[in-house]
Amino acid sequence: MLSRLVLVSGHTLKNSGSFGACLVQASRSFHQSSQSLAPVPPLPEKGGKVRHGIFPEELFTLLYPKTGVTGPYMLGTGLLLYMLSKEIYVINHETFAAASIGAVVIYGVKKFGPSVATFADKINEDKVAKAQEVKDQAMASLAQGIEDEKKEQWRVEGRHMLFDAKRNNVAMLLETNYRERLHMVTNEVKKRLDYQVELQNLHRRMEQEHMVNWVEQSVIKSITPQQVQRI
Amino acid sequence: MALAQKKLMDVKLGQLPSWLGTRDFTPNGLLGSVRGGYERYYNKYINVKKGGIGGVAMFLAGYIALSYLWEYDHIKHDRWRKYH
Repeated sequence: MLSRLVLVSGHTLKNSGSFGACLVQASRSFHQSSQSLAPVPPLPEKGGKVRHGIFPEELFTLLYPKTGVTGPYMLGTGLLLYMLSKEIYVINHETFAAASIGAVVIYGVKKFGPSVATFADKINEDKVAKAQEVKDQAMASLAQGIEDEKKEQWRVEGRHMLFDAKRNNVAMLLETNYRERLHMVTNEVKKRLDYQVELQNLHRRMEQEHMVNWVEQSVIKSITPQQVQRI
Repeated sequence: MALAQKKLMDVKLGQLPSWLGTRDFTPNGLLGSVRGGYERYYNKYINVKKGGIGGVAMFLAGYIALSYLWEYDHIKHDRWRKYH
């Protein structure tokens, strides 16, 4: 994708002057190629150091032991003069065009680079924050789920109390029912026995009265013919 | 460390031909080395959190240099002096 970008912009290299700024942004928001590792290792914070935008720092560290700090600059100056004097690099109309384009590009990068960089960083940070928020929400909901599950498990442990209460209820119902029926049986039996007692009382009373009546009748009948003359 | 595993910068000058002999010059090997170089460059300068202009600028500078090299036979005719 970088080569695509370069092919597109290399064609317009001589014409456009402000692609430096958008390239700075592009270099920050390129898609990362995904390897098949999980978890993915975090990206390095900063890239390899380059000096003046195009010379990697390794060149300077390579030459430092032998030539010190100014070594690479002297090398550069010498190479430049050699190429100019031998006309390996030819000065023609393209040189002028490259110089003006280079000036505009460098001015654009120096002026707008930091603001574009912070803008791209903010975009990246927003993406990361959104993903992080989704992850945090998922974790929070899962943790809540774990809490609820633990609570349910604790509740289940109390089920023997529930069953004891229910067993007590049923026992009480049975007991009540039994006592009710016992009462009923006692009452019925007592009624029957009371009836029999009353019946016997009635018999005896009736026999008593009948006998009394009969004795009275026979006494009245027997006094009538004899004692009436005596009185 | 065997000679084949050493990087180019660690090879001594006298060992250079034998080191070149151990390199893989089949088309697959060349493709693999190109891909490896691309990935090294990409992971060092572009695939970072806070990249700078260096990654893209170096690539463009290389492209400029290479295209100048390819056009040199044509640019030769714009030279100012005949003898240097």
